[in-house]
Amino acid sequence: MGYRVFDWGWKFPSPLQTAEAFVDGFANGHLFGSILASMRRLLISFVISILLGTGLGFLFARFRFLDETFGFLVVALQTVPSIAWLPFAIIWFGLNDTSVIFITAIGATWTMSMASRTGIAQISKIHLRAARMMGTGNGLKLFYQVMLPAAFPHLITGVRVAWAFAWRALTAGELIGRGLGLGQTLQDSRDIGDTATLLCVVIIIALIGTISDHFCFKRLEDGIMVRFGLHAAKN
Amino acid sequence: MIEIEKVSKAFEQKQKKSYQVLDDVSFTIKQGEFVSLLGPSGCGKSTLLNLIAGFEKSYSGTIRVNGEPVKGPGAGKVVVFQEHGLFPWMNVLDNVAFGLKQQGIPKKKRYERALEGIKSVHLSKFIDRYPHELSGGMKQRVAIARALVMEPDILLMDEPFAALDEQTRYILQKDLEDIWLKTRKTVLFITHNIREAVLLSDRVLVMATQPGRIKKEFVIQAARPHQAGDPLIHHYENKIMETLTEELEKVVREEMGHDYRLEKNAVPSLPDHDLGIGI
Repeated sequence: MGYRVFDWGWKFPSPLQTAEAFVDGFANGHLFGSILASMRRLLISFVISILLGTGLGFLFARFRFLDETFGFLVVALQTVPSIAWLPFAIIWFGLNDTSVIFITAIGATWTMSMASRTGIAQISKIHLRAARMMGTGNGLKLFYQVMLPAAFPHLITGVRVAWAFAWRALTAGELIGRGLGLGQTLQDSRDIGDTATLLCVVIIIALIGTISDHFCFKRLEDGIMVRFGLHAAKN
Repeated sequence: MIEIEKVSKAFEQKQKKSYQVLDDVSFTIKQGEFVSLLGPSGCGKSTLLNLIAGFEKSYSGTIRVNGEPVKGPGAGKVVVFQEHGLFPWMNVLDNVAFGLKQQGIPKKKRYERALEGIKSVHLSKFIDRYPHELSGGMKQRVAIARALVMEPDILLMDEPFAALDEQTRYILQKDLEDIWLKTRKTVLFITHNIREAVLLSDRVLVMATQPGRIKKEFVIQAARPHQAGDPLIHHYENKIMETLTEELEKVVREEMGHDYRLEKNAVPSLPDHDLGIGI
């Protein structure tokens, strides 16, 4: 690995070196393993934050006193970079996966709950009335059959932003955490001065982010928007 | 059957004294009767419908539907709203079948019934369309189908055709009368359109405004189906217009100031309009 560092006078890798690092990294399985480990952490915390955020948003939209008391707290928490919670997490859970998952989830939950609150608060009264009139009652049936789909355009925006926030928090957490992962690979490569691998990881993160946004969320969003008639279908 | 006895309702207002919407309203709608509630905007007719539907609470007096006090919204009394209220994420078929789904009817059976309902409003070609792909009149048809498939005892219609253009409204009125003649549901129809009320109803209740109360009742004794050209229908229209003018004046004065008089401003009585007296 090390030779790549010394035959280049710059502290930034050449395209050739980066390509070489790519091939090497995937050939010995190190990069691929890191991607898998990071994705696993990311998905776990993402699911947690989406569920938690949607639930919180629902409570804020439904109970005004909660919104008036704890609502501003969510805004305040949203402005705190989630990495600021890492020292806490390390004290609570130790320097392990749980800590990283914890701060990743925290990073995405608040923005998701804000989106969910807006989405649910903006459901038209007439839809809720129509639903109750047709017998959904006021409970769970109303929530998943009417409120969730009615709030979907807002929720999906929340999900997209939450995904980006989760990536940020994850990489930051992994830089400090131990084990296998993209963040750890960054840290290790810095320790040995391997700028080519550093750039590789950055490119990989950007690629995964773009691909997942484009192929999952954007597709989903477009589909929903067309269905709701919010923008005209592309011909 | 809907029985309304001495119903009053006031809305609390910030800093001001509470606003009396309904004051001592009493009337009864018999089984199978088509009754219109007619009144100027702000007279509380929609509020009354919301009370009967169970959407709003906190009122004084009693409201009984089929002999039972109203507890909340339910499948026995279905509302057709002015802004259709269809779910934008469902196609026409699913929208119509939604109420049946809540009753736990199996998928095949509820789609059959929904299709029947859609057929009765002549929209069979559009079952897989989404609401935003339909015209205003079609949306309102879907809303009517959605209400009818639940086989309610009572149909509550809150200015269902107010947002439609004149021609569409005319066709829908005819269709609604047909449907009513076939099904003989008890209908409470809210409108501010005199012609619509007279054309559709067995009985028209004219409401006074501020506070809302029943001012006068007209029994429309014309042959069914009601014809727009029927002199009897015209007669009722004029009668109701007379009754309403007073109320309209009240509303207009509220908006434009106390020196406004509808009578004087409506009739060409300006000094230079001498109507040919000097000839």
